[in-house]
Amino acid sequence: MNAPILRLFVLILALFAALAALTSWNTVLNAEAYRDNALNKRPLLAEQSIRRGTIRAQDGTLLARSVRAGRGGDAALYERQYSEATRLFAHAVGYDFPLGIGRAGLERARNDDLIGERSELASIVDELRGKRQEGDNLTTNLDPGAQKAALAGLQGRKGAVVAIEPATGKVRAMASTPGYDPRRLEDNSVVSELNGDQTNAPLVNRATQSGFPPGSTMKVITAAAAIDSGKFTPDSVVDGGSPKEISGVPLKNFGGKDFGPTTLTTGLTFSVNTVWAQVAERLGRKTLNNYMRRFGFYEDPPIDYPDRQLIPSGIYSGKRLIEASSGSVDIGRTGIGQERLRVTALQMASVAATIANDGVRLELQLTDRVVDRDGRTVQDVKPSEAKRVMKASTARRLNEMMGNVVREGSGTAAALQGIDVAGKTGTAELNLRGLNQPWFVGFAPQGNPRVAVAVTIQDVQGGQGGTVAAPIAKAVMQELLR
Amino acid sequence: MKERNRELFALIPASLLVTAGFAAIFIQRDDLLSDVSLTYGAIFLALCLAAHMVLRFTLPHADPYLFPLVAVLACFGLVMLYRLNEDFAREQAQWFVVGLIFFTVTIVALRRDHRVLERYRYVIALGGIVLLLLPRLGSPVNGAYLAVDLGPIEFQPAELAKIAIVIFLASYLRDTRQVLVVGARRFAGITFPPLKHLGPLLAVWGTAMVLLFVIQDLGSSIMFFGGFLALIYVATNRISFVVIGLSLFAVGARLLYAIRPTIEGRVDAWLHPFDPELYEKLNGGSYQVAQSVFSQADGGLFGRGFGQAIIQAGDGPPILPAAHTDFIYAVITNELGLLGACAVLLVYLLIIERGFKTAMIATDSFSKLLATGLTSVLALQVFVIVGGVTKLIPLTGVTLPFVSYGGSSIVANFILLALLLLVSDRARREAQAR
Repeated sequence: MNAPILRLFVLILALFAALAALTSWNTVLNAEAYRDNALNKRPLLAEQSIRRGTIRAQDGTLLARSVRAGRGGDAALYERQYSEATRLFAHAVGYDFPLGIGRAGLERARNDDLIGERSELASIVDELRGKRQEGDNLTTNLDPGAQKAALAGLQGRKGAVVAIEPATGKVRAMASTPGYDPRRLEDNSVVSELNGDQTNAPLVNRATQSGFPPGSTMKVITAAAAIDSGKFTPDSVVDGGSPKEISGVPLKNFGGKDFGPTTLTTGLTFSVNTVWAQVAERLGRKTLNNYMRRFGFYEDPPIDYPDRQLIPSGIYSGKRLIEASSGSVDIGRTGIGQERLRVTALQMASVAATIANDGVRLELQLTDRVVDRDGRTVQDVKPSEAKRVMKASTARRLNEMMGNVVREGSGTAAALQGIDVAGKTGTAELNLRGLNQPWFVGFAPQGNPRVAVAVTIQDVQGGQGGTVAAPIAKAVMQELLR
Repeated sequence: MKERNRELFALIPASLLVTAGFAAIFIQRDDLLSDVSLTYGAIFLALCLAAHMVLRFTLPHADPYLFPLVAVLACFGLVMLYRLNEDFAREQAQWFVVGLIFFTVTIVALRRDHRVLERYRYVIALGGIVLLLLPRLGSPVNGAYLAVDLGPIEFQPAELAKIAIVIFLASYLRDTRQVLVVGARRFAGITFPPLKHLGPLLAVWGTAMVLLFVIQDLGSSIMFFGGFLALIYVATNRISFVVIGLSLFAVGARLLYAIRPTIEGRVDAWLHPFDPELYEKLNGGSYQVAQSVFSQADGGLFGRGFGQAIIQAGDGPPILPAAHTDFIYAVITNELGLLGACAVLLVYLLIIERGFKTAMIATDSFSKLLATGLTSVLALQVFVIVGGVTKLIPLTGVTLPFVSYGGSSIVANFILLALLLLVSDRARREAQAR
């Protein structure tokens, strides 16, 4: 009987080898996939035992901190606590409830800093020294005053405001309305209620996730392309008659006004549609597309914010992006912000900042610096160049032209006492019954810009960029130039 | 060196392991060693020594490695349980005492000649079947009838029944193995056993099916039927009998799969553990299997270290359910990594090797078959639960012998160990006399 016993043993050896093989698969070979599985809450739980760093506004106002919330097994567990002040910054800061709604905003984008993730080697050394992993603290560039001014200006309407420091790319304000109280997101019933609110969509960051028709603010980009390509100067004259045939369809100026022969400067000051549509047609699809890309269209804006909360600006066919160089695009209307353009407030603020920064587009930064618990600076966020969009001379000419808009054109409502403001209004007509999407983009002071801003509001009955959006931009700039 | 002295030396690793294990947990918890808690280790070692003394006086020639290997597993389990919940560890330690009493009683009662068991084979078989049907009186747990509620303690009769059935089969097959082979006919290229002797074998098959049907526990049925096939194979050396048996089992299992929701649910959970619908299902879903592989993935090659696995978050429901029973292997993998898990599997393999070795040196057929059967059911039990936890096969709840929390399991497995040592003592004594 010994031979079959031996064979039986061999069979059992094989069965155990299969057990060892499956254990290897689970622990090593396929572990990465299991760890990343959406159902696997373990990595999130493990992070709960780490005290996350705080998030503060630029002036030191505490926006988020972690407090002990009991014990999980042998380790203390922490949970996120937000303050009344956080409501102002709800979308920018985001939230961190790993077992509930999840993680968003800066909480998500800067998670590695907030949980103090170090290199493999450094963490082994820390472990040997018996040091618990601790999160680093963030100080943001966000300014409570500007944020308050933005929210007050939006006044419960749906809209978004973004303010940027042109020379550094620092994001000084990022507001989206309607907002929410991050403190209530711990409650899952509140979350499903907010998620279910399709009309207000309060959890959506309208500054980064919502593409709106840009209206005449797009003319700034057309102007940049026109002058930088060398085909036009601010003094080039184009026929501002109305209507004009663009792509075979007549295009009218606002109120059907006939401007006659018009310089580009005047064309921008009074937002003459026919002038800019003709300019765009003469530049051609390729050139305009090229400049849109240089300004950052067709890709997520470079910013320390989660990819899933960013959308690229561009021409949309349904959910699909199509290039402005594509044959199906009406380039004349693209040049004046019609067509199927969808842009974010963040993108338009970046456009204004780029012009203000002599044509250099910078990466945008919500975070100013990362500091560890002992007060040592781990990371000091420096301005980082994304692209030279246009020649410095082009930028200065645009600056002049946009100055006229606020001084004597459609954007006078943004003018500040004793400070020269440059800007451009926009009013995208959403339907024939006067439902509009007003815009204002601009910067100040003209000579040495310290703030660039974009403001947009959804679904305003009869509202114009110059009357509805410009005053909000004014208030935000005023706050930041104080 | 004499067997028992070797055994005593071999207990040293177990004692070091239990001390190191407890020390690790204390350090991790309180940054200091508490003398109160160290008593767990001391009590455990005293128990090992007591068992060793029993063996020294009653079975001086028995295999010297079986007991120390089991002690390693048991202390390993105790440390894991202590880490999960001190109460589990305390109760488990109490069960070790009870288990060692049964161990000693079994050895003392059978030490002259364990073959007296053959005389009672039908009584034992009947007892086994009655044991298995007992839980049917109670209510099902997770769709299976596994336990009898005896007031303060819960008794899982399948653990004891597996031993009863092995004893019966070993004895029955000793009698009939010759005729099964001689009277066999070949038909269509397959050797069939004679019809006359097929009856009892069919009865065993039927029992396994009834078990599956009545207690709805695939794990126990695989264990019983696998043990049965192993014994038939060793007794007759006819692979065709195994093939016939397997096909019959497969037919039965397929039928049951179709009509019993429990088994179907288990298979679905095994095939699609990450299906959101199955995952969210409260009863019989795939949550457990998914969490089991997640916790293993969390362990990686070296593991998180003692006490570092995430079992529960706050006061909520456990992340990893049944961590102390069905999923203790997942916890071990989580905390000690692939290396720790493989070490545990290796210890089982060594025990199995000693078991088969005992069967091979035994001189009489009954002893050979008994040792083979006991070793096989032990091996299959490990395979069924570890296979389920690692998602090699559908999950069915049986305990990880000597490691999982559970009184019946500890008692039954100590009786199993006692029987193996009894066979071993006689075999080695005879081998030495020759």
